[in-house]
Amino acid sequence: MIILPMLIIVFYAFSTQGNSLIPVKLTLDNFARFFSDSIFVEVLLRSLKLAIITTIICILIGYPAAYFIAKLSPDNQSIAVLLVTLPQLINMLVRTYAWRGILLESPFSPEVKVYIGMVYNFLPFMILQIYTSLSKMDPSLISAANDLGCDNRMAFIKVTLPLSVPGIISGITLVFLPAVSSFFIPKLLGGGSYVLVGNLIENYFVTTGDWNFGSAISLIMAVIILISMYFTRKFDYDKEAI
Amino acid sequence: MKKKSWFSKFYLVLIMAFFYLPIVYVVLFSFNASRSLTNFTGFSLQWYQKMFATREMMESIYYSTIIAVIATVVSTIVGTIVAIGLSKSSRLVKEAVTQVNNLPMLNPDIVTAIGFMLFFSTLNIPTGFGTLLLAHIVFCIPYVILSVMPKLRQLDDNVAEAALDLGCTPFEALYKVIIPQIREGIISGALVAFTMSFDDFVISYFTTGPGINNISTYVYATTKRINPSVNALSTIIVIAITIILIITNVVPMIKARRENDEKTA
Repeated sequence: MIILPMLIIVFYAFSTQGNSLIPVKLTLDNFARFFSDSIFVEVLLRSLKLAIITTIICILIGYPAAYFIAKLSPDNQSIAVLLVTLPQLINMLVRTYAWRGILLESPFSPEVKVYIGMVYNFLPFMILQIYTSLSKMDPSLISAANDLGCDNRMAFIKVTLPLSVPGIISGITLVFLPAVSSFFIPKLLGGGSYVLVGNLIENYFVTTGDWNFGSAISLIMAVIILISMYFTRKFDYDKEAI
Repeated sequence: MKKKSWFSKFYLVLIMAFFYLPIVYVVLFSFNASRSLTNFTGFSLQWYQKMFATREMMESIYYSTIIAVIATVVSTIVGTIVAIGLSKSSRLVKEAVTQVNNLPMLNPDIVTAIGFMLFFSTLNIPTGFGTLLLAHIVFCIPYVILSVMPKLRQLDDNVAEAALDLGCTPFEALYKVIIPQIREGIISGALVAFTMSFDDFVISYFTTGPGINNISTYVYATTKRINPSVNALSTIIVIAITIILIITNVVPMIKARRENDEKTA
Protein backbone atom coordinates (compact mmCIF):
# COMPACT_ATOMS: atom_id res chain seq x y z
CA MET A 1 0.00 0.00 0.00
CA ILE A 2 2.97 2.34 0.42
CA ILE A 3 5.34 1.13 -2.29
CA LEU A 4 2.83 0.17 -4.97
CA PRO A 5 1.41 3.69 -5.52
CA MET A 6 4.98 4.97 -5.97
CA LEU A 7 5.71 2.30 -8.57
CA ILE A 8 2.53 3.20 -10.43
CA ILE A 9 3.65 6.85 -10.58
CA VAL A 10 7.00 5.76 -12.04
CA PHE A 11 5.20 3.55 -14.56
CA TYR A 12 2.87 6.35 -15.64
CA ALA A 13 5.74 8.82 -15.89
CA PHE A 14 7.60 6.62 -18.35
CA SER A 15 4.62 5.84 -20.56
CA THR A 16 1.97 7.45 -22.72
CA GLN A 17 -1.62 6.56 -23.48
CA GLY A 18 -1.32 4.52 -26.68
CA ASN A 19 -3.82 3.71 -29.39
CA SER A 20 -6.24 0.77 -29.43
CA LEU A 21 -3.60 -1.64 -30.69
CA ILE A 22 -0.93 -0.85 -28.15
CA PRO A 23 -2.61 0.43 -24.96
CA VAL A 24 0.55 1.77 -23.34
CA LYS A 25 3.92 2.69 -24.71
CA LEU A 26 7.07 3.11 -22.69
CA THR A 27 8.77 6.40 -23.44
CA LEU A 28 10.90 9.25 -22.17
CA ASP A 29 8.75 11.80 -24.03
CA ASN A 30 7.17 13.15 -20.85
CA PHE A 31 10.53 14.17 -19.46
CA ALA A 32 11.72 15.56 -22.80
CA ARG A 33 8.54 17.63 -23.00
CA PHE A 34 9.13 19.05 -19.53
CA PHE A 35 12.72 20.11 -20.05
CA SER A 36 12.30 21.33 -23.62
CA ASP A 37 9.56 23.82 -22.71
CA SER A 38 10.94 26.90 -21.00
CA ILE A 39 7.61 27.54 -19.23
CA PHE A 40 7.84 24.31 -17.24
CA VAL A 41 11.46 24.87 -16.32
CA GLU A 42 10.57 28.42 -15.28
CA VAL A 43 7.80 27.13 -12.99
CA LEU A 44 10.20 24.63 -11.47
CA LEU A 45 12.81 27.31 -10.80
CA ARG A 46 10.15 29.62 -9.34
CA SER A 47 9.04 26.86 -6.94
CA LEU A 48 12.61 26.24 -5.84
CA LYS A 49 13.18 29.96 -5.37
CA LEU A 50 9.99 30.28 -3.29
CA ALA A 51 10.96 27.30 -1.13
CA ILE A 52 14.52 28.52 -0.60
CA ILE A 53 13.53 32.11 0.24
CA THR A 54 10.73 30.89 2.53
CA THR A 55 13.21 28.66 4.35
CA ILE A 56 15.73 31.52 4.72
CA ILE A 57 13.08 33.93 6.03
CA CYS A 58 11.90 31.26 8.48
CA ILE A 59 15.46 30.83 9.80
CA LEU A 60 16.04 34.59 10.09
CA ILE A 61 12.75 35.26 11.91
CA GLY A 62 12.56 31.92 13.70
CA TYR A 63 16.05 31.77 15.16
CA PRO A 64 15.75 34.85 17.39
CA ALA A 65 12.26 33.75 18.43
CA ALA A 66 13.50 30.28 19.42
CA TYR A 67 16.52 31.82 21.17
CA PHE A 68 14.36 34.22 23.20
CA ILE A 69 11.92 31.42 24.12
CA ALA A 70 14.82 29.27 25.33
CA LYS A 71 15.89 32.18 27.58
CA LEU A 72 12.50 32.39 29.34
CA SER A 73 11.79 30.74 32.70
CA PRO A 74 10.84 27.02 32.37
CA ASP A 75 7.14 27.71 33.03
CA ASN A 76 7.01 30.50 30.48
CA GLN A 77 8.90 28.32 28.01
CA SER A 78 6.19 25.67 28.01
CA ILE A 79 3.51 28.35 27.67
CA ALA A 80 5.36 29.90 24.71
CA VAL A 81 5.76 26.49 23.04
CA LEU A 82 2.07 25.81 23.53
CA LEU A 83 1.23 29.22 22.04
CA VAL A 84 3.38 28.47 18.98
CA THR A 85 1.84 25.00 18.55
CA LEU A 86 -1.78 26.01 19.04
CA PRO A 87 -2.44 27.79 15.71
CA GLN A 88 -0.90 24.82 13.91
CA LEU A 89 -3.68 22.57 15.18
CA ILE A 90 -6.20 24.64 13.29
CA ASN A 91 -6.72 23.45 9.75
CA MET A 92 -4.11 24.83 7.33
CA LEU A 93 -6.75 25.62 4.72
CA VAL A 94 -8.75 27.60 7.26
CA ARG A 95 -5.72 29.67 8.27
CA THR A 96 -4.77 30.32 4.65
CA TYR A 97 -8.35 31.30 3.91
CA ALA A 98 -8.16 33.83 6.73
CA TRP A 99 -5.03 35.37 5.21
CA ARG A 100 -6.87 35.67 1.94
CA GLY A 101 -9.44 37.86 3.65
CA ILE A 102 -6.85 39.92 5.51
CA LEU A 103 -4.77 40.53 2.37
CA LEU A 104 -7.72 40.94 0.02
CA GLU A 105 -7.47 44.70 -0.31
CA SER A 106 -3.83 45.06 0.63
CA PRO A 107 -1.48 46.69 -1.88
CA PHE A 108 0.86 43.68 -1.91
CA SER A 109 1.63 41.85 -5.13
CA PRO A 110 0.41 38.25 -5.44
CA GLU A 111 4.00 37.11 -4.95
CA VAL A 112 4.36 38.93 -1.61
CA LYS A 113 1.01 37.52 -0.46
CA VAL A 114 2.17 34.00 -1.25
CA TYR A 115 5.38 34.61 0.73
CA ILE A 116 3.39 35.84 3.74
CA GLY A 117 1.18 32.75 3.62
CA MET A 118 4.15 30.41 3.25
CA VAL A 119 6.16 31.96 6.09
CA TYR A 120 3.04 31.97 8.29
CA ASN A 121 2.41 28.28 7.74
CA PHE A 122 5.98 27.06 8.08
CA LEU A 123 7.54 29.38 10.70
CA PRO A 124 6.23 27.38 13.71
CA PHE A 125 8.07 24.24 12.51
CA MET A 126 11.34 26.16 12.32
CA ILE A 127 10.90 27.83 15.73
CA LEU A 128 10.06 24.54 17.46
CA GLN A 129 12.98 22.65 15.90
CA ILE A 130 15.55 25.33 16.75
CA TYR A 131 14.06 25.75 20.22
CA THR A 132 14.36 22.00 20.88
CA SER A 133 18.06 21.98 20.04
CA LEU A 134 18.70 25.18 22.04
CA SER A 135 16.86 23.92 25.13
CA LYS A 136 18.97 20.75 25.16
CA MET A 137 22.10 22.86 25.42
CA ASP A 138 23.96 22.95 28.72
CA PRO A 139 23.98 26.60 29.94
CA SER A 140 27.28 26.04 31.74
CA LEU A 141 28.93 25.88 28.30
CA ILE A 142 28.29 29.61 27.91
CA SER A 143 29.76 30.35 31.34
CA ALA A 144 32.76 28.24 30.42
CA ALA A 145 33.18 30.23 27.19
CA ASN A 146 32.90 33.47 29.18
CA ASP A 147 35.49 32.26 31.68
CA LEU A 148 37.80 31.42 28.84
CA GLY A 149 37.64 35.01 27.63
CA CYS A 150 34.78 35.05 25.12
CA ASP A 151 32.43 38.01 25.29
CA ASN A 152 28.71 37.27 24.88
CA ARG A 153 28.78 37.71 21.15
CA MET A 154 31.78 35.46 20.67
CA ALA A 155 30.22 32.85 22.94
CA PHE A 156 27.09 32.91 20.79
CA ILE A 157 29.00 32.53 17.53
CA LYS A 158 31.47 29.93 18.80
CA VAL A 159 29.22 27.88 21.11
CA THR A 160 25.48 28.44 20.80
CA LEU A 161 25.21 28.73 17.04
CA PRO A 162 27.19 25.57 16.14
CA LEU A 163 25.28 23.57 18.75
CA SER A 164 21.96 24.62 17.29
CA VAL A 165 22.85 23.59 13.73
CA PRO A 166 21.04 20.21 14.02
CA GLY A 167 17.88 22.12 14.94
CA ILE A 168 18.28 24.41 11.94
CA ILE A 169 18.84 21.41 9.67
CA SER A 170 15.72 19.58 10.83
CA GLY A 171 13.86 22.89 10.57
CA ILE A 172 15.02 23.20 6.96
CA THR A 173 13.76 19.67 6.26
CA LEU A 174 10.36 20.51 7.71
CA VAL A 175 10.05 23.83 5.85
CA PHE A 176 11.76 23.32 2.51
CA LEU A 177 10.22 19.93 1.74
CA PRO A 178 6.55 20.89 1.97
CA ALA A 179 7.29 24.38 0.59
CA VAL A 180 8.52 23.07 -2.77
CA SER A 181 5.35 21.09 -3.36
CA SER A 182 2.76 23.38 -1.78
CA PHE A 183 -0.05 24.27 -4.10
CA PHE A 184 -3.03 25.58 -2.19
CA ILE A 185 -1.21 28.49 -0.54
CA PRO A 186 -0.10 29.93 -3.92
CA LYS A 187 -3.51 29.23 -5.38
CA LEU A 188 -5.53 30.83 -2.57
CA LEU A 189 -3.23 33.81 -1.99
CA GLY A 190 -1.63 34.39 -5.37
CA GLY A 191 -4.74 33.83 -7.44
CA GLY A 192 -4.25 32.08 -10.75
CA SER A 193 -1.27 34.27 -11.60
CA TYR A 194 1.31 32.54 -9.44
CA VAL A 195 1.86 29.01 -10.76
CA LEU A 196 4.14 26.56 -8.98
CA VAL A 197 5.07 22.92 -9.58
CA GLY A 198 2.33 21.79 -7.22
CA ASN A 199 -0.25 23.73 -9.24
CA LEU A 200 1.07 22.18 -12.46
CA ILE A 201 0.65 18.69 -11.02
CA GLU A 202 -2.83 19.54 -9.78
CA ASN A 203 -3.75 20.88 -13.24
CA TYR A 204 -2.55 17.82 -15.10
CA PHE A 205 -4.36 15.45 -12.75
CA VAL A 206 -7.57 17.30 -12.01
CA THR A 207 -8.24 19.59 -14.98
CA THR A 208 -6.45 18.18 -18.02
CA GLY A 209 -6.43 14.53 -17.05
CA ASP A 210 -2.99 13.96 -18.57
CA TRP A 211 -1.82 11.62 -15.83
CA ASN A 212 1.34 10.55 -17.61
CA PHE A 213 2.75 14.03 -17.86
CA GLY A 214 1.53 14.83 -14.34
CA SER A 215 3.36 11.77 -13.01
CA ALA A 216 6.55 12.81 -14.81
CA ILE A 217 6.39 16.26 -13.17
CA SER A 218 5.85 14.68 -9.73
CA LEU A 219 8.77 12.37 -10.29
CA ILE A 220 11.06 15.24 -11.28
CA MET A 221 10.00 17.13 -8.17
CA ALA A 222 10.46 14.11 -5.88
CA VAL A 223 13.96 13.53 -7.25
CA ILE A 224 14.94 17.18 -6.77
CA ILE A 225 13.67 17.06 -3.18
CA LEU A 226 15.55 13.83 -2.46
CA ILE A 227 18.77 15.31 -3.85
CA SER A 228 18.46 18.51 -1.83
CA MET A 229 17.66 16.50 1.31
CA TYR A 230 20.74 14.40 0.70
CA PHE A 231 22.92 17.50 0.52
CA THR A 232 21.39 19.10 3.62
CA ARG A 233 22.04 15.95 5.61
CA LYS A 234 25.54 15.59 4.21
CA PHE A 235 26.25 19.16 5.27
CA ASP A 236 25.03 18.20 8.75
CA TYR A 237 27.36 15.20 8.93
CA ASP A 238 30.34 17.22 7.68
CA LYS A 239 29.68 19.73 10.42
CA GLU A 240 29.63 16.98 12.99
CA ALA A 241 32.90 15.61 11.63
CA ILE A 242 34.56 18.96 12.33
CA MET B 1 20.88 43.66 29.97
CA LYS B 2 17.52 45.11 30.94
CA LYS B 3 17.12 46.67 27.51
CA LYS B 4 17.84 43.33 25.87
CA SER B 5 15.13 41.44 27.76
CA TRP B 6 12.65 44.17 26.84
CA PHE B 7 13.52 43.68 23.20
CA SER B 8 13.18 39.88 23.36
CA LYS B 9 9.73 40.14 24.96
CA PHE B 10 8.64 42.65 22.35
CA TYR B 11 9.91 40.37 19.57
CA LEU B 12 8.04 37.34 20.95
CA VAL B 13 4.84 39.36 21.33
CA LEU B 14 5.20 40.46 17.71
CA ILE B 15 5.64 36.84 16.54
CA MET B 16 2.61 35.72 18.55
CA ALA B 17 0.58 38.59 17.10
CA PHE B 18 1.51 37.35 13.64
CA PHE B 19 0.47 33.79 14.55
CA TYR B 20 -2.86 34.80 16.06
CA LEU B 21 -3.85 37.56 13.65
CA PRO B 22 -5.70 35.23 11.21
CA ILE B 23 -7.46 33.46 14.06
CA VAL B 24 -8.68 36.71 15.60
CA TYR B 25 -9.66 37.82 12.11
CA VAL B 26 -11.89 34.81 11.31
CA VAL B 27 -13.59 34.95 14.70
CA LEU B 28 -14.26 38.69 14.32
CA PHE B 29 -15.50 38.53 10.72
CA SER B 30 -17.68 35.50 11.39
CA PHE B 31 -19.91 37.96 13.28
CA ASN B 32 -19.85 40.59 10.52
CA ALA B 33 -23.18 41.97 9.41
CA SER B 34 -22.15 42.38 5.77
CA ARG B 35 -20.50 40.18 3.16
CA SER B 36 -17.33 42.25 3.28
CA LEU B 37 -14.12 40.54 4.31
CA THR B 38 -12.33 43.83 4.97
CA ASN B 39 -14.88 46.12 6.70
CA PHE B 40 -16.58 45.19 9.91
CA THR B 41 -20.01 46.76 9.62
CA GLY B 42 -21.85 45.40 12.65
CA PHE B 43 -22.67 42.36 14.71
CA SER B 44 -24.78 39.55 13.31
CA LEU B 45 -25.17 35.81 13.56
CA GLN B 46 -26.35 35.38 9.98
CA TRP B 47 -23.23 33.47 8.85
CA TYR B 48 -23.77 30.91 11.58
CA GLN B 49 -27.39 30.52 10.47
CA LYS B 50 -26.21 30.12 6.88
CA MET B 51 -23.60 27.61 7.96
CA PHE B 52 -26.08 25.42 9.82
CA ALA B 53 -28.45 25.69 6.87
CA THR B 54 -25.83 24.63 4.31
CA ARG B 55 -25.95 20.85 4.11
CA GLU B 56 -22.53 20.48 2.43
CA MET B 57 -20.89 22.45 5.22
CA MET B 58 -22.36 20.33 7.99
CA GLU B 59 -21.50 17.22 5.99
CA SER B 60 -17.87 18.33 5.68
CA ILE B 61 -17.61 18.60 9.48
CA TYR B 62 -19.18 15.15 9.78
CA TYR B 63 -16.82 13.56 7.22
CA SER B 64 -13.70 15.17 8.70
CA THR B 65 -14.63 13.91 12.16
CA ILE B 66 -15.77 10.39 11.25
CA ILE B 67 -12.77 9.80 8.98
CA ALA B 68 -10.31 11.12 11.56
CA VAL B 69 -11.86 8.90 14.25
CA ILE B 70 -11.92 5.69 12.18
CA ALA B 71 -8.49 6.36 10.65
CA THR B 72 -7.04 7.00 14.13
CA VAL B 73 -8.49 3.80 15.62
CA VAL B 74 -7.50 1.56 12.71
CA SER B 75 -4.05 3.07 12.11
CA THR B 76 -3.25 2.97 15.83
CA ILE B 77 -4.16 -0.72 16.10
CA VAL B 78 -2.39 -1.71 12.86
CA GLY B 79 0.62 0.53 13.53
CA THR B 80 1.08 -0.84 17.05
CA ILE B 81 0.85 -4.45 15.87
CA VAL B 82 3.35 -3.77 13.06
CA ALA B 83 5.71 -2.06 15.51
CA ILE B 84 5.53 -4.95 17.98
CA GLY B 85 6.06 -7.42 15.15
CA LEU B 86 9.02 -5.41 13.90
CA SER B 87 10.68 -5.31 17.30
CA LYS B 88 10.69 -9.13 17.22
CA SER B 89 12.00 -9.38 13.62
CA SER B 90 15.52 -9.71 12.32
CA ARG B 91 17.59 -6.60 11.72
CA LEU B 92 17.29 -6.86 7.96
CA VAL B 93 13.48 -6.87 8.01
CA LYS B 94 13.51 -4.06 10.56
CA GLU B 95 15.75 -1.90 8.38
CA ALA B 96 13.74 -2.57 5.23
CA VAL B 97 10.38 -1.80 6.81
CA THR B 98 11.72 1.33 8.52
CA GLN B 99 12.98 2.64 5.17
CA VAL B 100 9.61 1.98 3.51
CA ASN B 101 7.92 3.55 6.52
CA ASN B 102 9.94 6.74 6.07
CA LEU B 103 8.95 7.07 2.44
CA PRO B 104 5.58 8.81 2.89
CA MET B 105 7.19 11.25 5.31
CA LEU B 106 10.04 12.19 2.99
CA ASN B 107 7.83 12.29 -0.05
CA PRO B 108 5.88 15.47 -0.66
CA ASP B 109 2.19 15.07 0.23
CA ILE B 110 1.15 15.66 -3.34
CA VAL B 111 3.25 12.76 -4.64
CA THR B 112 1.81 10.40 -2.03
CA ALA B 113 -1.63 11.70 -2.94
CA ILE B 114 -1.39 11.11 -6.68
CA GLY B 115 0.19 7.73 -5.91
CA PHE B 116 -3.00 6.77 -4.08
CA MET B 117 -5.15 8.23 -6.84
CA LEU B 118 -3.37 6.24 -9.57
CA PHE B 119 -3.41 3.14 -7.35
CA PHE B 120 -7.19 3.29 -6.91
CA SER B 121 -7.77 3.96 -10.58
CA THR B 122 -5.47 1.10 -11.65
CA LEU B 123 -7.50 -1.26 -9.49
CA ASN B 124 -10.72 0.27 -10.83
CA ILE B 125 -11.89 1.30 -7.37
CA PRO B 126 -14.30 4.24 -7.70
CA THR B 127 -13.22 7.16 -5.50
CA GLY B 128 -15.45 8.17 -2.62
CA PHE B 129 -15.77 7.66 1.11
CA GLY B 130 -14.01 4.28 1.02
CA THR B 131 -10.92 5.46 -0.86
CA LEU B 132 -10.70 8.62 1.26
CA LEU B 133 -10.82 6.55 4.45
CA LEU B 134 -8.36 3.97 3.16
CA ALA B 135 -5.86 6.66 2.11
CA HIS B 136 -6.15 8.32 5.54
CA ILE B 137 -5.59 5.02 7.36
CA VAL B 138 -2.52 4.23 5.26
CA PHE B 139 -0.85 7.62 5.61
CA CYS B 140 -1.43 7.65 9.38
CA ILE B 141 0.15 4.23 10.05
CA PRO B 142 3.80 5.37 9.59
CA TYR B 143 3.33 8.09 12.22
CA VAL B 144 1.94 5.56 14.71
CA ILE B 145 4.82 3.15 14.07
CA LEU B 146 7.29 6.00 14.47
CA SER B 147 5.97 6.97 17.90
CA VAL B 148 5.54 3.40 19.20
CA MET B 149 8.96 2.11 18.10
CA PRO B 150 11.12 4.11 20.57
CA LYS B 151 8.99 2.86 23.49
CA LEU B 152 9.40 -0.74 22.31
CA ARG B 153 13.15 -0.30 22.12
CA GLN B 154 13.23 0.60 25.83
CA LEU B 155 11.21 -2.51 26.68
CA ASP B 156 12.96 -5.37 28.43
CA ASP B 157 12.39 -8.61 26.48
CA ASN B 158 12.66 -10.67 29.65
CA VAL B 159 9.49 -9.15 31.09
CA ALA B 160 7.32 -10.64 28.35
CA GLU B 161 9.10 -13.95 28.77
CA ALA B 162 8.56 -13.85 32.50
CA ALA B 163 4.84 -13.33 31.87
CA LEU B 164 4.80 -16.39 29.62
CA ASP B 165 6.67 -18.43 32.24
CA LEU B 166 4.16 -17.38 34.87
CA GLY B 167 1.36 -18.88 32.80
CA CYS B 168 0.15 -16.05 30.59
CA THR B 169 -0.98 -16.92 27.09
CA PRO B 170 0.91 -14.91 24.42
CA PHE B 171 -2.18 -12.74 23.98
CA GLU B 172 -2.42 -12.08 27.72
CA ALA B 173 1.29 -11.24 27.78
CA LEU B 174 0.65 -8.76 25.00
CA TYR B 175 -2.17 -6.80 26.58
CA LYS B 176 -1.22 -7.22 30.24
CA VAL B 177 2.52 -6.64 29.95
CA ILE B 178 3.63 -5.13 26.65
CA ILE B 179 0.75 -2.75 25.88
CA PRO B 180 0.74 -1.00 29.30
CA GLN B 181 4.45 -0.32 28.99
CA ILE B 182 4.22 1.25 25.55
CA ARG B 183 0.95 3.07 26.31
CA GLU B 184 2.47 6.53 26.11
CA GLY B 185 3.82 5.84 22.63
CA ILE B 186 0.47 4.50 21.46
CA ILE B 187 -1.39 7.52 22.82
CA SER B 188 0.97 10.05 21.24
CA GLY B 189 0.83 8.09 17.96
CA ALA B 190 -2.97 8.20 18.04
CA LEU B 191 -2.91 11.94 18.72
CA VAL B 192 -0.56 12.57 15.79
CA ALA B 193 -2.70 10.35 13.55
CA PHE B 194 -5.87 12.22 14.52
CA THR B 195 -4.36 15.66 13.87
CA MET B 196 -2.79 14.55 10.59
CA SER B 197 -6.06 13.10 9.37
CA PHE B 198 -8.31 15.92 10.59
CA ASP B 199 -5.97 18.54 9.13
CA ASP B 200 -5.21 16.85 5.83
CA PHE B 201 -6.04 18.54 2.59
CA VAL B 202 -3.70 17.33 -0.15
CA ILE B 203 -4.27 13.58 0.17
CA SER B 204 -8.01 14.04 0.68
CA TYR B 205 -8.24 16.30 -2.36
CA PHE B 206 -6.86 13.63 -4.69
CA THR B 207 -8.51 10.56 -3.18
CA THR B 208 -12.05 11.70 -2.48
CA GLY B 209 -14.93 11.26 -4.86
CA PRO B 210 -17.86 13.41 -5.96
CA GLY B 211 -20.08 14.63 -3.14
CA ILE B 212 -17.68 13.65 -0.37
CA ASN B 213 -15.87 16.66 1.10
CA ASN B 214 -14.03 17.07 4.36
CA ILE B 215 -13.53 20.52 5.87
CA SER B 216 -10.31 21.17 3.94
CA THR B 217 -11.57 20.18 0.51
CA TYR B 218 -14.83 22.03 1.16
CA VAL B 219 -13.02 25.25 2.05
CA TYR B 220 -10.80 24.85 -1.02
CA ALA B 221 -13.79 24.33 -3.29
CA THR B 222 -15.67 27.38 -2.00
CA THR B 223 -12.83 29.88 -2.13
CA LYS B 224 -13.61 30.85 -5.70
CA ARG B 225 -16.47 32.96 -4.33
CA ILE B 226 -16.46 35.10 -1.20
CA ASN B 227 -18.26 33.10 1.43
CA PRO B 228 -18.24 34.49 4.98
CA SER B 229 -19.90 31.32 6.30
CA VAL B 230 -16.43 29.77 6.02
CA ASN B 231 -15.41 32.19 8.79
CA ALA B 232 -18.22 30.83 10.95
CA LEU B 233 -17.06 27.28 10.23
CA SER B 234 -13.47 28.27 11.07
CA THR B 235 -14.59 29.84 14.34
CA ILE B 236 -16.36 26.62 15.35
CA ILE B 237 -13.13 24.69 14.65
CA VAL B 238 -11.06 27.21 16.64
CA ILE B 239 -13.44 26.90 19.60
CA ALA B 240 -13.50 23.07 19.42
CA ILE B 241 -9.70 22.84 19.34
CA THR B 242 -9.30 25.34 22.18
CA ILE B 243 -11.71 23.30 24.34
CA ILE B 244 -9.87 20.04 23.54
CA LEU B 245 -6.52 21.67 24.36
CA ILE B 246 -7.80 23.09 27.63
CA ILE B 247 -9.14 19.66 28.62
CA THR B 248 -5.96 17.81 27.64
CA ASN B 249 -3.66 20.35 29.30
CA VAL B 250 -5.61 21.40 32.35
CA VAL B 251 -6.93 17.99 33.43
CA PRO B 252 -3.43 16.44 33.84
CA MET B 253 -2.37 19.61 35.66
CA ILE B 254 -5.26 19.34 38.15
CA LYS B 255 -4.55 15.63 38.55
CA ALA B 256 -0.88 16.30 39.27
CA ARG B 257 -1.80 18.99 41.78
CA ARG B 258 -4.28 16.69 43.52
CA GLU B 259 -1.67 13.94 43.75
CA ASN B 260 0.76 16.46 45.21
CA ASP B 261 -1.82 17.54 47.78
CA GLU B 262 -2.42 13.92 48.77
CA LYS B 263 1.28 13.39 49.21
CA THR B 264 1.68 16.43 51.44
CA ALA B 265 -1.51 15.69 53.41
